[in-house]
Amino acid sequence: MILMKIFNRTNISWIVLFILTYFVLEGLTWAGIIDPFYEITVVNIFINIILAVGLNLIVGFSGQLALGHAGFMAIGAYATGILLVKMPSGAGLIVSMLVGMLVAGILALIIGIPTLRLKGDYFAIATLGASEIIRIAILNLPDLTNGAVGISGIPLMVDWRFAYFIAALTILVVSNYIRSSPGRATIAVREDEIAAESLSIQTTYYKNLAFLIGAVTAVLAGSIHASYFGVINPGQFTFNKSIDILIIVVFGGIGSVTGSVVAAVVLGIINVYLQQFGALRMIIYALVLIFIMIFRPSGLMGNVEFSLSKLFKRPQDVPGSIENMEQEKGA
Amino acid sequence: MKKYVKGLFFSLVVLMVVIVAGCSNGESADEGDTIKIGSMFELTGSAAAYGTSMNNAVSMAVDEINDAGGIDGRTIEIVEYDTKTDETEAASLTTRLGTRDQVSAIIGPATTGSMQAAIPNANNAEVPIMSPTATDDGVLTADDGSVHPYAWRTSFTNSFQGSALAQFANDELDASKAAILSDNSSDYAIGLTETFTKIFEGDIVAAENFSEGETDFSAVLTNIKDIDFDVLYVPGYYEEAGPIIKQAREMGIEQPILGPDGMGNEILRELAGAENMNEVYYTSHFVVTSEEPEVQEFVNNYQEEFGIEADMFTGLAYDSVYVIKEAIEEAGSADPQAVNEALANVTDFPGITGTFSFDEMHDPIKTVNIIEIQDNEEAGVYAIDPNF
Repeated sequence: MILMKIFNRTNISWIVLFILTYFVLEGLTWAGIIDPFYEITVVNIFINIILAVGLNLIVGFSGQLALGHAGFMAIGAYATGILLVKMPSGAGLIVSMLVGMLVAGILALIIGIPTLRLKGDYFAIATLGASEIIRIAILNLPDLTNGAVGISGIPLMVDWRFAYFIAALTILVVSNYIRSSPGRATIAVREDEIAAESLSIQTTYYKNLAFLIGAVTAVLAGSIHASYFGVINPGQFTFNKSIDILIIVVFGGIGSVTGSVVAAVVLGIINVYLQQFGALRMIIYALVLIFIMIFRPSGLMGNVEFSLSKLFKRPQDVPGSIENMEQEKGA
Repeated sequence: MKKYVKGLFFSLVVLMVVIVAGCSNGESADEGDTIKIGSMFELTGSAAAYGTSMNNAVSMAVDEINDAGGIDGRTIEIVEYDTKTDETEAASLTTRLGTRDQVSAIIGPATTGSMQAAIPNANNAEVPIMSPTATDDGVLTADDGSVHPYAWRTSFTNSFQGSALAQFANDELDASKAAILSDNSSDYAIGLTETFTKIFEGDIVAAENFSEGETDFSAVLTNIKDIDFDVLYVPGYYEEAGPIIKQAREMGIEQPILGPDGMGNEILRELAGAENMNEVYYTSHFVVTSEEPEVQEFVNNYQEEFGIEADMFTGLAYDSVYVIKEAIEEAGSADPQAVNEALANVTDFPGITGTFSFDEMHDPIKTVNIIEIQDNEEAGVYAIDPNF
């Protein structure tokens, strides 16, 4: 029974999709179509998928605007940067990721427990402040982090397969969380906090849980970034980076994991395609964003989720799909 | 809705295929009538002021070479990209230039961080990368102390100019007490402060810090205003050095202000205000007012073509193109590995920023010039010898 619960239709459809995509990517790499240059693009897209899916859990599903995702990414990058130089092995990479997750998790709770009790914009400002504190702390701990110079020469242990695996894992964890009982409670808090509280849902607990998971996934993205590019410095994790991630979430659709994935892929491809236009591309990029937000105000996917089973079944047959919930609500 | 989702996925796949098909034909570097040289600079983002003028100089140098008949009858084609002042972008573009565009050499990027991110990819793609202005000491050095085989630069290093500035404060200004106002958020300023402190013979009586992006320095300046010192050392870029000069002079700090090459931008004068540009000294990789005919020709041509005055970064970028041209001529081939080997043999290259050769760490050995500003005019140039 438990196995059946784990391997339900939605999970199987995600896993089938992951395996198919993996073989397509492997085939493209083998055929030389994904050359070293496209590999960088592909890994960047995977990093952005991890970040955006994690942030979407906070912003889209628990309904709390977070403006400090880059800070947690920085923790992951620096955990890996510092530890991997000392332990240049696969085990070192895993250990550094776990250390980063622990640090970021504790920090997320320190920020979340007081501020997520409040309603309104306090949380957005607190996360914004926290990510700046993280960056300034990194800047001013030169013995540990090498200050503004940053860490270079980090062993390059990560290839696109590892990044792909972590991205797939993140998507699975997040998409399962939102369909689980705590996930439902989290969505209920987003929809109406007072109504949820009246049904004895501990709103602060579920908001914190979503924030914690989101923060921890950002650490994974930071670790991959550090060990793929080999160079990190505090300037890479500014407020602008947080906004870049938020753009992917909003662009894809707040409250749609599929949307975040699609948006990360689309924006990654647009960015590479526009490289040849030099300085003009920033204008084109901004125009593309503006036009898509005008014509698709709720993002590329709104809050619709992709599922293979849905392609073969009528929507009302899929138990627990968001679309189904929306319909029930409408009826 | 379902149809829409399907349609979206389909169009995405089509888009991907079109892009992949459109870009996947590369030629070898040593074929055809053209020699490809990559140019990747910070055309947008926080270092855009440097990147844009350097990009201008590169295209000007290439046009000149092409007008004069190219290299061994082959014209140069520039492949130009914008790094957005972003390290990840610089890394990705290096691979793009090296493997996809198959260039013979890459010129750029301007900032140290971007160069650091670009070097591993240049090594993998086996294409020489020449940064005109990555002045940080360790940039070209690998972890084990050896030099990165494909990384080069045309500028002298931070420690080199930090020690030249300290030497200048010792000998020319006869300073015995120095106050340092450093940018602790930039690797550039930290390196400069370290070497200055090491070489300066007098006492450091005050050491204050500011962060990149600050505009109000009254608090730190008040701290040092009442201290007795002979020279104020400001290792930072023009964005902060300009307001510092303005606010220091308005506060009544009249001591000489000493700074690195990052101050050498036209915008410095606007930010500081003409009436405050007194007793300001900064190092320069390139003396725009030099009497040398080649320099004057370059400065005039640059002014004519782009309508703005040439600064020292343009000179370094311009020299980078010509030193690569010389390497290609010497190698007799545009093959990236051959060009890389030929670069090591370049000796006494007569550039407009001075005559230089590369040492075994791929750093150029050349004179450091310190420019003196009095009444908003260049009042003198001090040449500090490389072998002190």
